[in-house]
Amino acid sequence: MTRLPRWVPQHFAAVRALLVLTAVTGVLYPLAVLAAAQLPGLNDKAEGSLLHDGDGAVVGSSLIGQSFTDDEGAALPGYFQSRPSIAAGDGGDYDPTASGASNFGPENVVDALPDPGLGWEGDEDAAKSLLTQVCERSYEIGEREGVDGSRPYCAESGDGAVGAVLGVFRSGGVTGEATRAVSLNEACGSVEAPFLAEYEGVPVECAEYGEDYAKAVVTPVEGDAGEPEVPADAVTASGSGLDPHISPAYAGLQVDRVAAERGAGAREVAALVEEHTTGRFLGFMGEPAVNVLELNLALDEAYPLS
Amino acid sequence: MGETTAGVVFIAAMIAALAASHGPLGDHIHRVLTRERHYKAERGLYRAMGVRPGEEQHWAGYARSVLAFSALSVLALYLLQRAQGSLPLSNGFTGVEPGLAWNTAVSFTANTNWQAYSGESTMGVLVQTAGLSVQNFASAAVGIAVAAALMRGFARKTTDALGNFWADLTRITLWVLLPIAFVGAVVLVAGGAVQNLTAFTGATTAAGDAQTLPGGLVASQEAIKNLGTNGGGPFNANAAHPFENPSGWTNFILVYLILVVPFSMPRVFGRMVGDRRQGRAVAAAMAVIALVSTGLVLGFESFANGTVPQAVAAAMEGKEVRFGVADSGVFAAATTLTSTGSVNSFHDSYTSFGGGVLMLNMMLGEVASGGVGAGLYGLLVLAVVTVFIAGLMVGRTPEYLGKKIGGREIKLAGLYFLVTPALVLIGLAASLAVPANLESMQDAGPHGLSELLYAFTSASNNNGSAFAGFGADTPWFNTALGLCMLFGRFLPIILVLALAGSLARQRPVPATAGTFPTHRPLFVGMVVGVTVVLVALTFLPVLALGPLADGLQ
Repeated sequence: MTRLPRWVPQHFAAVRALLVLTAVTGVLYPLAVLAAAQLPGLNDKAEGSLLHDGDGAVVGSSLIGQSFTDDEGAALPGYFQSRPSIAAGDGGDYDPTASGASNFGPENVVDALPDPGLGWEGDEDAAKSLLTQVCERSYEIGEREGVDGSRPYCAESGDGAVGAVLGVFRSGGVTGEATRAVSLNEACGSVEAPFLAEYEGVPVECAEYGEDYAKAVVTPVEGDAGEPEVPADAVTASGSGLDPHISPAYAGLQVDRVAAERGAGAREVAALVEEHTTGRFLGFMGEPAVNVLELNLALDEAYPLS
Repeated sequence: MGETTAGVVFIAAMIAALAASHGPLGDHIHRVLTRERHYKAERGLYRAMGVRPGEEQHWAGYARSVLAFSALSVLALYLLQRAQGSLPLSNGFTGVEPGLAWNTAVSFTANTNWQAYSGESTMGVLVQTAGLSVQNFASAAVGIAVAAALMRGFARKTTDALGNFWADLTRITLWVLLPIAFVGAVVLVAGGAVQNLTAFTGATTAAGDAQTLPGGLVASQEAIKNLGTNGGGPFNANAAHPFENPSGWTNFILVYLILVVPFSMPRVFGRMVGDRRQGRAVAAAMAVIALVSTGLVLGFESFANGTVPQAVAAAMEGKEVRFGVADSGVFAAATTLTSTGSVNSFHDSYTSFGGGVLMLNMMLGEVASGGVGAGLYGLLVLAVVTVFIAGLMVGRTPEYLGKKIGGREIKLAGLYFLVTPALVLIGLAASLAVPANLESMQDAGPHGLSELLYAFTSASNNNGSAFAGFGADTPWFNTALGLCMLFGRFLPIILVLALAGSLARQRPVPATAGTFPTHRPLFVGMVVGVTVVLVALTFLPVLALGPLADGLQ
């Protein structure tokens, strides 16, 4: 019988070492943590910080955000609204089985316009840029809360808003005089006139579906909007898509609407917001945040919707 | 206090916490690696493994053990994923596709934890804990073991013996990683991280919709994934997910777990070579790079340059309210300066320059403070290159800690440095040559290139974070990035062990008046300079095409 080559026994050691480590770190360790998590005080948290209604049914987790919208996705006016969410599954957004972010970059500003025959819903290749999404959200929230929804680099357009972005053709390619300017996010037919009439002396055209504007220099137009009134967290999606919080500023913006809808005093509702606001831990860790689900449940308790 | 100020205090508190703990932890790791006596618990495990812990290995034997263990780990993890559908505790998920299973198996074994899948809809409890979490421990222990072998190479003289891999692996797992991970996991549960065996809990929301809440053994995996600088979490949203990282203070704990072992390793090094000043110099070089980089990320994110961040008036896209912009930026810097790659906010949506610094952090070779073990051996290789360059300046044979840096040593160090840039740039170029790959980029223009560059940088440096708009789950990228992770992890390990072997054989030369002192600020400055210059020369052209072009539009 020939002897085994010397490297073979090493693999036996490797197999056995892997099995031993699996037993220790893959079985004993997580079970030990699981056992420790059964201690009173830790138990509820280990189970997911679940919230129950009066009948004991689970209404959610205090750590996982929810959307407060109707079946069409329109905001329910009696509730504080959460941030926009990218975690969209079969059950709408804020789906914990599909956590995640938009992952759009900071210069994602040009929409892929839809085939006019199909529209935004029907055309799978159509996509709104991050900038346009931000502008639309800001405009919509402004309408809902009765404040100015304008922002830099956003333009009112049609019955909403778009990213104010021109494609500028120049005599020398990327430099030189402007020869033609196109409002890239405004499709001909969907708007009466582009957000800007003229740019560097050339008239601004609407964007024609299917035309190639790749040679144009993408030029966002800042406009004259000042400091936005709609807070940053209200117009951006979170990293998890499950953010349970909004900023105190965004909560403050919603107080009047919710109070009116529930026939409650704005001061009382503001006090409830305060109650569900957590500050920075030790004064410097994290940011002040309002837990939307807990706040809305408290509202349902104190000022039920008729 | 403004948000940025709070972020600066966060960094200061982190420095204080690390400064307080690196001494005791470093001394503890030193004892674990050098203790003569084997405890009873260890002896039991050695018997079960069938190894003789007293038998010290030469560098090639040590390397063979590392490779054998890692190869088997890849195989076992691959098979476990493929068989998921017919195993219990699978949450109802089927077996993982071959390409993705290979990519994930390599990824977790190579301490990268690149995830081309969405955790909550792909991997059940069994694969997460008995497969992925095991490699979170094992790959971390391998990194520290290799660093231990290199430290012995510096500390010992005229010997071939570099220690026993199996003993190192066992001891590091038992006495370093397990205790800290256990305490960390329980603290995370106290903060709200989940730890249960319920696959899913159904809820009816306040607005009357159905919501499905995931469960799992999350806290235990969260603690080790950060402590072991791995980064692969149970959920797609990683540490942005409230069940992984529920609050502002758990966020602090996670950043601390990421940095605590890497920043304690220089202390171990100082103790090993019998001169704590040498360890302090290494720690200082790491700290300088880390501080500058973290400051830059914090600055760029707070300044919110770029069209969308300016429209929003803050770089809030992809970030959670409870962390805010500043603490998200600090986490991002920590995770890319080490080989961790867990994320609490999504790097793809960072400002162009902020995202560029994150890439640069990885390109620096993740040496400040780097992956557990890997950061130390990476920095020591750069220190070897530094004394070589210093030697060239004065025209004498360089030495480091009494060991001559001759032709063989500098060749190994040079090759070590070349491995990752070669993988990144060749992988990037080859991928761009295949037209179908361009579809994986979510953003057009320079940002699309950044997404691809980030992917190859992250895989080759074993980081694992991503510009996640990038569609990585294709046969080409699963294979190419898998190869980058494999070679990016194990070629450097082989080279480091060869270097350790060649150093250990030498008889130390006594220090003379002409010896370049390696514990002074001058040396620290030179190491930092060499690191930055080497990396800048290698990567500046491609950085100019990606993040720089993106940010300067």
